[in-house]
Amino acid sequence: MRYLPKSESERRQILDACGVSSPDELFAHLPEAVRLKRPLDLAPGISEYEIVQYFRDRGDENGKGYPSFLGAGVYHHFRPVLVDTVVSRGEFLTSYTPYQAEIAQGTLTTIFEFQTMICQLTGMDVANASMYDGSTAVPEAAMMAVRATGKGRVLIARSVHPEYREVLTTYAKHQGMPVEEFGYVPEAGTIDLEDLDRKIDDLTGAVIIQSPNFFGIVDQVKAAAGIAHQRGALLVVIFTEAVSLGILEPPADADIVAGELQSFAISPSYGGPYAGIIATKDKFIRQMPGRLVGQTTDSRGNRAFCLTLSTREQHIRREKATSNICTNQALIALMATVFMTVYGKQGLRELAEQNLAKAHYLASKLKPRFCGKFFNEFVVKIEGRSPDAINQALLKKKIIGGLPLGRFYPELADSLLLCATEMSRRADMDTIAEVAA
Amino acid sequence: MITKVRSHLSPNEALLFERSSPGKKAYQLPDLDVPPVDAAEALGADNVREAIEGFPEVSEVEAIRHFTRLSTWNYAIDYGMYPLGSCTMKYNPRINELVARTEGLAWAHPYQPESLSQGCMEVMARVEAALAEITGMDAVTLQPAAGAHGELTGILLIRALLQKRGNPRKKILIPDSAHGTNPATAAIAGYAIENIKSSETGVLDVSALERLVTDDVAALMVTNPNTLGVFEENINRVAEILHAKGAMLYMDGANMNALVGIARPGDFGVDVMHLNLHKTFSTPHGGGGPGAGPVAVKKVLEPFLPAPRLKRSGKKWTYDYKRKHSIGRVKAFYGNFGVLVRAFAYILAHGGPGLRNATVDAVLNAVYIRKRLEPYFDLPYSSPNMHEVVFSDDRQAKLGVRTGEIAKRLIDYGFHPYTVSFPLIVHGALMIEPTETEGKMELDQFIDAMISIAKEVETDPQMVKNAPYGTRTSKVDEVTAARKPVLRWKP
Repeated sequence: MRYLPKSESERRQILDACGVSSPDELFAHLPEAVRLKRPLDLAPGISEYEIVQYFRDRGDENGKGYPSFLGAGVYHHFRPVLVDTVVSRGEFLTSYTPYQAEIAQGTLTTIFEFQTMICQLTGMDVANASMYDGSTAVPEAAMMAVRATGKGRVLIARSVHPEYREVLTTYAKHQGMPVEEFGYVPEAGTIDLEDLDRKIDDLTGAVIIQSPNFFGIVDQVKAAAGIAHQRGALLVVIFTEAVSLGILEPPADADIVAGELQSFAISPSYGGPYAGIIATKDKFIRQMPGRLVGQTTDSRGNRAFCLTLSTREQHIRREKATSNICTNQALIALMATVFMTVYGKQGLRELAEQNLAKAHYLASKLKPRFCGKFFNEFVVKIEGRSPDAINQALLKKKIIGGLPLGRFYPELADSLLLCATEMSRRADMDTIAEVAA
Repeated sequence: MITKVRSHLSPNEALLFERSSPGKKAYQLPDLDVPPVDAAEALGADNVREAIEGFPEVSEVEAIRHFTRLSTWNYAIDYGMYPLGSCTMKYNPRINELVARTEGLAWAHPYQPESLSQGCMEVMARVEAALAEITGMDAVTLQPAAGAHGELTGILLIRALLQKRGNPRKKILIPDSAHGTNPATAAIAGYAIENIKSSETGVLDVSALERLVTDDVAALMVTNPNTLGVFEENINRVAEILHAKGAMLYMDGANMNALVGIARPGDFGVDVMHLNLHKTFSTPHGGGGPGAGPVAVKKVLEPFLPAPRLKRSGKKWTYDYKRKHSIGRVKAFYGNFGVLVRAFAYILAHGGPGLRNATVDAVLNAVYIRKRLEPYFDLPYSSPNMHEVVFSDDRQAKLGVRTGEIAKRLIDYGFHPYTVSFPLIVHGALMIEPTETEGKMELDQFIDAMISIAKEVETDPQMVKNAPYGTRTSKVDEVTAARKPVLRWKP
């Protein structure tokens, strides 16, 4: 087999050196009862050519090449070529978590650069090396806020990604962390500040909002921070569309920013792997989950980097750790790092402006349901037909339409969430306008 | 004699921020085919940010040189053996990377219609089936993103089942040899932790277990083979003891590379387990992720699995969201699909017989290392080992040299260190896992290096303590890094 590097004679030499007559003898100490007495019911191995063909065939069953106007937490952005060039290097691809700093400066340096860029983007002081994704960063941020405040109640806006809220519910259930939702203003699509004000109390440790929110609307970070801070709670701001940070004011009034970097050159890949982040103010560093890289020196006085503040982590603190996270998303974070490098200060702005222009072009042909300001996604109320009917009509033209919202918001069953990015073509947007008209 | 390394000339590398100059570019966007919009008007002037202060501005050639140069500062599997115990650092086949980038898969949006997702759903269904066959379990969820995430999912499943039976119970039992993620996970799932001491032979102490399993115990989390690389020979009895008291057996599948094709957890009483696809199934570690941590369960736990579940409906795959007993979601969407694709490519490449052969070679390599190093290093547990072997620094410590120092000296011989000081039950542990993808020459070079270091400890312990010497970055001051944290670049 091509992944096993020994010749038969080498294997024989090793067996002899071990004093073992046959490979099966290596397992002789296993109790008879536990041994599998038949071959695994899996077909014999196949060639590279057949493997490529198998996956190509599966890809072809998936509506390959259809332009898509889906967003809702996963965005179609162009992936600069350099991203795969860099992450395909075996030195990054096939290395382990950089515990041995002397021979891991490559990974450590890129993580340090990543942490820096995330701070610059979000207006926070410190960012970790990554979380699994945006959805799991939400409960981690909530738990962090609860630890920092000593108050267990969590309030989350209904305009946060519905699946992120589901993940929070799963995590929170068994930790004495009651989670309640507050609403959005039906006209604007922004958070309902009065509802938040009504529901917040002195036991609330975290208020969680998303901006741009699930409806694409730029939400009221400053106002939410005011209400949260007045009652001694921390404000957690979530983002799912990282490109928006190229043009939107960073959520600097938040205490914790948690988000998803999929937009930064991470292919949609049917839902993962992506990379989440948590960033925060200096004073909350020791409550942070996940890995952190810090700058120091080596014994010759050269700048060097290493993993640090690991006394927060499970391999040292065991059941008292800030999180159980171990493996995170280092290679995906590296994709985002290369993406941020390629676009840089000007490029990310220009990219964000293109997204803004495309989405506003599409919106100008349709009627957005909410009057709040939006970045590259917006909700459209469909008159006279169902959102599914529009999507079906678009599929006939080989276009994937928007997300029908009824599945997550019964009151918006007549609405579609549409997204346009720099990859959306004018002609396709015109088709959507025709079909939806 | 050091057979693997020679010195290497390479440049120092400035950070991106230090290479930046206003106006340098590595991108070009297409011309807009729609009218531009005024940001202040579209977003509200208050919502529009100033330029991102300090963000990089470099050219394309500088960008690629930067990352390429940095890459050369890393050790990697592609460079040589990576004998980290419990981490299963095996070769990462490149075909996995290629197929994960297949256009119709890599660009599939998780919310695209089911009718246009059949290819992805078929792959996931086949991964579930293959993992169920390999583990001997009845059902698999692919949602968890990594091993620790799988652990949390598994413990929440147990809690949900016990809750439905009337009492979620209070405690999880964890052997003292367990990975740190196990107790951290149990705590997040709302359980208290009770440690069980290992027996003198390095396995679970059955009589201690019998005493500890009360009506308060929800489950035992066991790694099998355990972190000493020793198969829990009493595992059937362990399962009986737990089941007799209505408790469950959770298996941490981190060491599944020792069992594939040889023994199946489902056949020895395990109720729920996770797999680390980035260990046993060859998906790359990527410097710390991404992974995938599918969870396999027995039938009794199936109703509680995270929603949605894949379901066959006529000739099509569909999702079943209506699962009233489900613990809920543990992650958005369906799991780390791109990692699943890689793992399935590995399974297809090996096939059933090949997977078993891989296990045999993984164990053979570890047994060979043990055999040849036993004369030089103390072996605290003499039980037969499987895919990894754990020595202690007992002999070297008497001369003042500890496992962490031996590990750093190993770097000078051209190898990544083994796992240092774990498991905690071995004082000064050297935990070595070669995996099946090391050939005889690399193994022999590693063994010779270890023997040479053992001799150096006897003749010149101070020299060993000051290692490494051959690295471009010398010993890193981790103490100052933690005392005065500098976690981001500033001008």
